[in-house]
Amino acid sequence: MTMHKILVFKRFERLWHWSQMALIFTLLFSGFAVHGVYSLIEFGDAVTVHTWAALVLLALWAFAVFWLFTTGQWRHYIPTADNFINVARFYAFGIFKGEHHPYRKTYRRKHNPLQALTYLMVKIVIFPAIWISGIAYLLISFGQGEIFSWIGLGPIALAHTIAALAVLLFVIAHVYLLTTGHSFIDHVKPMITGYDDVELSNEELAYLKADEPGVLKEGD
Amino acid sequence: MYRFNYIFLSFSILILALGWVTTTLASSDPKIEMGISEYTKTDERHAIIKPKKESKATTDHTKLKELQGPFFSGPEVTKACLECHNTAGHQFMKNKHWTWDYKHPKTGQHLGKSVLINNFCTNARGNEGMCAQCHAGYNMDSPDFDFTNQDNIDCLVCHESTGTYYKTPTSKGNKACSVMFEGKPAIDWAAVAKSVEMPTRNNCGKCHFYGGGGDNVKHGDLSSVLFDPPKDVDVHMSEAGEGFSCVTCHVGEGHEWAGSRYEMLVNDETGTGKPGMPRDVASCESCHSASPHPITSVQGIKLNSHTQTVACETCHIPAIARGGVATEVDWDWRTMGKLKDGEGFKLKEYTQGDGHHRATYKSIKGTFTYAEDLEPMYAWFDGTMNYTTIATKFDPSKGPIDINSFSGSHDDPGSRIYPFKRMHTTQPYDKGNNTLPYMHLWGNDDSALWGNYDFGKAIEAGMKKNGIPYSDEWGFVETYSYWPINHMVAPKDDALSCSSCHSHDGRLDHLEGFYMPGRGKNEMLDLIGLLAVLGTLGGVLGHGALRMIATRRRKV
Repeated sequence: MTMHKILVFKRFERLWHWSQMALIFTLLFSGFAVHGVYSLIEFGDAVTVHTWAALVLLALWAFAVFWLFTTGQWRHYIPTADNFINVARFYAFGIFKGEHHPYRKTYRRKHNPLQALTYLMVKIVIFPAIWISGIAYLLISFGQGEIFSWIGLGPIALAHTIAALAVLLFVIAHVYLLTTGHSFIDHVKPMITGYDDVELSNEELAYLKADEPGVLKEGD
Repeated sequence: MYRFNYIFLSFSILILALGWVTTTLASSDPKIEMGISEYTKTDERHAIIKPKKESKATTDHTKLKELQGPFFSGPEVTKACLECHNTAGHQFMKNKHWTWDYKHPKTGQHLGKSVLINNFCTNARGNEGMCAQCHAGYNMDSPDFDFTNQDNIDCLVCHESTGTYYKTPTSKGNKACSVMFEGKPAIDWAAVAKSVEMPTRNNCGKCHFYGGGGDNVKHGDLSSVLFDPPKDVDVHMSEAGEGFSCVTCHVGEGHEWAGSRYEMLVNDETGTGKPGMPRDVASCESCHSASPHPITSVQGIKLNSHTQTVACETCHIPAIARGGVATEVDWDWRTMGKLKDGEGFKLKEYTQGDGHHRATYKSIKGTFTYAEDLEPMYAWFDGTMNYTTIATKFDPSKGPIDINSFSGSHDDPGSRIYPFKRMHTTQPYDKGNNTLPYMHLWGNDDSALWGNYDFGKAIEAGMKKNGIPYSDEWGFVETYSYWPINHMVAPKDDALSCSSCHSHDGRLDHLEGFYMPGRGKNEMLDLIGLLAVLGTLGGVLGHGALRMIATRRRKV
């Protein structure tokens, strides 16, 4: 097993991540304005911004889901018990004692088990909750509310706001955890350049060298 | 003791001096007008007749030999009209402008000017001598008017176009009021007869802009400004806008036309049509449809979905009593009857936007409060009005009595959030029966309130005239009346912004029981949300702090 710089985050994945980040920040800012938390932006403008950002994000998610399933990248999010306890223990205790992170990125698993489970939950619980409630809200806004009249706008908005709070909590934790490695920059950089240090077996290295030109960093 | 007397003495001198100063000032105040004349010069503004557009009518009435006269009275002109328009009389005799009578199809209540009590001058019934100047008929001087004689229909009041036509009281008031209608030029009956055309704003406005006893007193959205409104006051009626007359929207056939505030339509499910096309609804949606906003923007689409819950008027009439003419918002009858040198007077201490002085006190009516550019009151409304009639008993201890109340709620798909002008009045009631009484206001006798200033006598006479039991005991009760707002539609750029309502302390803050984004009403959710965010922030900051402390300790 040797360490190599390889392309962990493909171009689409990085584009997805950063445009999603920008959209989520826009949606959180405009969404909480619509909810009435502050009036830093006029209500009507907040609604317009929120609606357009939501439509763009929906389109982006459509591409992302397609990408995840056609490239097989979805496998990174399958929950695993391997190392799970160790990673959890590290964040609870080990990190204070100066221990090293017990997880090493591999070519098959670019996320640690805690991370993978969190992203999976975001993908299959929080995001569906926010887009199901959000699409229902949009349909009501676009005059197609009859199908949801048995629920009413209130409960739909409530579900949407709760899901939005969950997203906000995720964002806070996500940004904080970037500070837990060597440095904040070390964590952010791979999502910009795409390259990160990954332990490769000899077989993997041989395969990448032979069949995946561009994944191994030049001169590595 | 001595000391006290000195203080008392100086105090008395001060009071006397102040009193003298105030009386001197008051007697020289140009805002005091002696007399109790209630004559409103309703022809003052609209007498300016604009050059007429070329008529497309197939009959030129000025050339009809039947209209050349000479005529010596209104009924003679009416006879001439009905010779050719031989169904008009039968049609009009069914109209509210003639019958002053309305049976509500939903509540079954017997309504109309002939029976209702309001919180302005209170009742037309028994005071027809004065009030029937705005009856579209001749010689109505009591409730016993002959409603079957079509010769008494007043065709001219709605159809003449010279602006010189007027009507005077049909019976004598108290001698103090007799000066009111003197010095008017005689009506040239043939000239007004030949001038007939479709009713214009001048015709309708002569009465409807002066409801409640003066310019814009009653409605708030119907004032003399609408004779020739600037575009920002009324985008439909302004010559710079659409130049509509009242009957452009209040269309109809056979002398029955759309629009009623007894049984209103808060939305139009009958269909839409172009202005002037026969239809029997006069709502905004009748022309603009229920999806009037452009669907090329998110806000346009979003606004279109508002029409299911919000009346167009709510956003598009941002304020009432615009354009410089104030509306009355409070009338206090308790102060009625103060005299100067034994004579009634008016105190004109309110100067409205157009510079005219409005009476804040009238000996015959009491004290008034005015408002301009007034924010309407908003409520869910399903279009049905319920009235406190002469027969309705109420509990005077339960706060202000609603002269008219209405139903409507968020959960009723037929209701809309609607703007209203709310009128507050303190007026007499029958204390023994807990009902509103008929008052005898107008008459040349010793019990008419206007001239004798005695509520007891006026109520007794008013009730007796109509054969209604009276307990001989009266008091004052506070009342509200609610006037749905439909006119003075502003240009679209002046419509309310989203945040007028979708904000904390917005215009709809008081409406309960439904979710409205931007109001921040879900305090439980907001508290949980805040705690969750603070908890998470605290968690990561705590975790971070522990890491820093741990790192530092290891280094030491």
